[in-house]
Amino acid sequence: MIAQADPQELVTPTVDWLAIGPEIALAGAAIFIVLLRSIVRRGPWVYRASLFLAIGGVVAAGVLLGRQWNIVRDDGAIDTIAGMVRIDGFGVFLGAIVVAATLLTVLLASAYVERERLEGPEYLALVLMSATGMVAMTTANDLIVVFVALEVLSIPLYVLAAFDRRRLASQEAGIKYFVLGAFSSAILLYGIALVYGATGTTSITGIADFLAANTLLEQGVLLAGFALVLVGLGFKIAAVPFHMWTPDVYQGAPTPVTAFMSSATKVAGFAALLRVFEVAFPTYREDWRPVIAALAVLSLVVGSVAAVVQTDVKRMLAYSSIAHAGYILVGFAAASVGNRDAAARGQEAALFYLLVYAFMTIGAFAVVTVVARRRHDARHDLDDYRGLAVREPILAGLLAFFLLAQAGVPLTGGFVAKLQVFAAAVEARQYALAIVGVLAAVVAAFFYIRLVVVMFASEPEPAEGEEAVPRAAVEPGTGFVLATCAAITLVIGILPGTFLHFARDATFLL
Amino acid sequence: MDEFPLLTCIILTPAVGAVLVALTPARRPELSRAVGYAATAATAGFAGYLLWHFETGRAGYQFVEDHRWIGSLGVRYLLGVDGISLFMVALTALLFPLGLLASATLTERVKAFTVWMLILEASLLGVFLGLDLVLFFVFFEIVLVPMYFIIGGWGHENRVYAAIKFFLFTMAGSAFLLVGLLTLAFLHARAPGNDLTFDLRVLMEWAPGGLSDGTARLLFLAFFAAFAVKVPLFPLHTWLPDAHTEAPTAGSVILAGVLLKMGTYGFLRFSLTLFPEAAVDLAPLLLVLATIGITYGAIVAAMQPDLKRLIAYSSVAHLGFVVLGIFALTTQGLEGGLFTMISHGLTTSALFLLVGMLYDRRHTRQISDFGGLWKSVPILGGLFVATAFASIGLPGFSGFVGEFLALLGTFLVHRPYAIVAAVGVILAAVYLLWAVQRAFTGEPSGENATLPDLGFRELACVVPLLGLSLFLGIYPKPVIDRVEPSVKGIIEHVEDHTDYEEPAVATEGEEAER
Repeated sequence: MIAQADPQELVTPTVDWLAIGPEIALAGAAIFIVLLRSIVRRGPWVYRASLFLAIGGVVAAGVLLGRQWNIVRDDGAIDTIAGMVRIDGFGVFLGAIVVAATLLTVLLASAYVERERLEGPEYLALVLMSATGMVAMTTANDLIVVFVALEVLSIPLYVLAAFDRRRLASQEAGIKYFVLGAFSSAILLYGIALVYGATGTTSITGIADFLAANTLLEQGVLLAGFALVLVGLGFKIAAVPFHMWTPDVYQGAPTPVTAFMSSATKVAGFAALLRVFEVAFPTYREDWRPVIAALAVLSLVVGSVAAVVQTDVKRMLAYSSIAHAGYILVGFAAASVGNRDAAARGQEAALFYLLVYAFMTIGAFAVVTVVARRRHDARHDLDDYRGLAVREPILAGLLAFFLLAQAGVPLTGGFVAKLQVFAAAVEARQYALAIVGVLAAVVAAFFYIRLVVVMFASEPEPAEGEEAVPRAAVEPGTGFVLATCAAITLVIGILPGTFLHFARDATFLL
Repeated sequence: MDEFPLLTCIILTPAVGAVLVALTPARRPELSRAVGYAATAATAGFAGYLLWHFETGRAGYQFVEDHRWIGSLGVRYLLGVDGISLFMVALTALLFPLGLLASATLTERVKAFTVWMLILEASLLGVFLGLDLVLFFVFFEIVLVPMYFIIGGWGHENRVYAAIKFFLFTMAGSAFLLVGLLTLAFLHARAPGNDLTFDLRVLMEWAPGGLSDGTARLLFLAFFAAFAVKVPLFPLHTWLPDAHTEAPTAGSVILAGVLLKMGTYGFLRFSLTLFPEAAVDLAPLLLVLATIGITYGAIVAAMQPDLKRLIAYSSVAHLGFVVLGIFALTTQGLEGGLFTMISHGLTTSALFLLVGMLYDRRHTRQISDFGGLWKSVPILGGLFVATAFASIGLPGFSGFVGEFLALLGTFLVHRPYAIVAAVGVILAAVYLLWAVQRAFTGEPSGENATLPDLGFRELACVVPLLGLSLFLGIYPKPVIDRVEPSVKGIIEHVEDHTDYEEPAVATEGEEAER
């Protein structure tokens, strides 16, 4: 289109504003918050107002996504901005998970930043900017957009990880995440460049068309290209062996940020990974599927086994999130087989797992946020949870529920998610992956159960010269997060039909 | 379809009870208890109704309920009962009120305990009623959670270790079951003209012919892993002594009375029907393991200084008879296995209740600490001796009928196993009578001399179990009549799909009768 235009006249691509509405709502809210903060330097109501703006922005984004979902379902996918953005069920579904996770993170942080005396408005603005990048990532139909979205989501996260700057661990987390994140972005960019070199386009559907029409004589550049893309995105989803940063960053970052990173970032990373590989490189499936399968096995094994020896709860949950990435990768591997039914089930399983996982993990980290408040989020020893069931039975019960859900106990969303993933793997005849998956689930059950044991079966230790533990009320925002996550995890566990239906509608193979 | 959903009511009553108990204030334990009794009694009432209205002489499933559950996977909410599950349901419904009654001495966190017990009851009933493989698996897995909390929260000294061991062993077993049942369903769906389904009734018609021999064997072993851990078969039994010993009395009662039967029930319901060929081929393996379990369990039981541990090991031996009977693949063997399951549920539960009562009085389970109890607490002593005899399998008690049928069924086709297993019967007499002799005979000394005898509540826990054991020992017909059509159905199913023929000697007696 652009090439044929009159050189005198700059032809801008047409923009479907509704298509990028969610991003605009999120970014708009972020910008308003920053403006507000720079105009009004002081005053207690600034934070309240920015919180209001943030929630408004997120809710608006959610409403727009709902609208998009209906349009997409009735009329099919929308390509806009010269094909750079593609609004389809897949993108909208994952975008909705990101927005829900953002809302929960904002609510979770609302009390946290006040308690820890952090700069609240900036905090919210950064979360919203990062969410903007994530939503953009879910609908990116061009490798350049993938890269831009990745940067937009990552840079605020680097700052957020280091946000509690009085705490050394938080600073360390920020630096570590930044250095490794920058490296991975560079690798991704290099990969994109190589893919462009091999195919002459950066459009994801364009690459697919090119590869479908042409056979490359020299495949080396393309293979190297998508290998590097895989590395770059593997870093964001924290798949082994690109997981080295995860435990340290998850442990050091403020806990609400950890919740955000483990849920929304993973969703965005998988959105890009699935779309790039399933849409752009399906002709090379046989080359990359073994790699995905290997990443899945490594993530499952390393994540589950390493979590067993952790004594820090946040670190343990970090390794567990690596293992969860492994399950989603199992679904992804199943989604890349030739059999269409199996592939559709694999994709559905991966999408559904991301949905369930987001709520399970935010719920668990929300409890961790509350439990760690008396230590100002600096320590999350297993010992701090000793006798929690006696001190705060509801909190302990909720954490136990989220942990059992993550372990895949029936009547929780976690079970249905795992069932779907294993079913997909079996249908795709990837029996080895299914077996590794169930065995990893057994290992994982051990450390989830161990934390539950500590909470329930052990008496609280006599405080060594410490003041008695006050039983503070849970703030309304946090309470809402806990209730929502628990309710959704439970409902999905008992009546998964509707949610599975959504996930199925979101697969792009159908 | 508009019939009264009796089976759903049976499962939901304890579940609703659990919710109600959770709503009672923690400061009023008597309220929690009352709701607990009411819920379990109502469940027992429904189960009684089921027993009454169960149509004798029919092999198929009755009271079937069938609804869609997880559409995209073809998972259904499918319940049904036949002769095999009927008495498991009845046993479960009977043992829970008694277990709660026996826990009346419990003072710690009564509310939470009652909630877990009711959830456990609901999930166990679901295990025996579910006919969809995924639904069965859901209940099979969920059982772990309440049982884990009961052992870990109210058990004895080593409870945490025992609870974790129990959880991990059984979860590792069921991991294979999950992959196995998914594989089975997808292999079925891949065949032309088939939809994805986990309906046992559909799969058991397809699987015997549709699977290749090698696949069927692998799947049989996958299912076997889950069930063998639950039974538990030697050498997967090591979680059992720990779990039984450390669990609170009610926990041990449910573990021994119902939980172990999930494994043998699984063999009957799934292994034999889905993979008859593999079951016939691999039966020698199971017979060997069962025989080892019988003798090994008995010998180890004889060595135990701890009374509760002794009974735990005796379970290994008893369940060995069940597996022996089942994999003898004769009508008598299967009936004997099923009957032993019921009988073991009655007698071993009663033994655990009595040991719990002893523990309440003396706060020890070491046999050497007891002595002369018969003189000081004659009712307890008398009941214990009677229950021990029932457990040994003295004629006149249910244990005799079950073990006799199981041994008979085995003897018809596999003599050596039956002969070795019969030694186990003698060994059972050795370990139990020896324990009785050490603990109950002689002159009581010290604390043993001044113990209070059983109260009314304690009698109400034990006497029904012993009475039922005696009744079924003398008049087993009501059970046999209801069980036999289903057992015959399984045997016929195996014969239809394999070269295996039940030896004529197993059936000719009956023909002569006619």
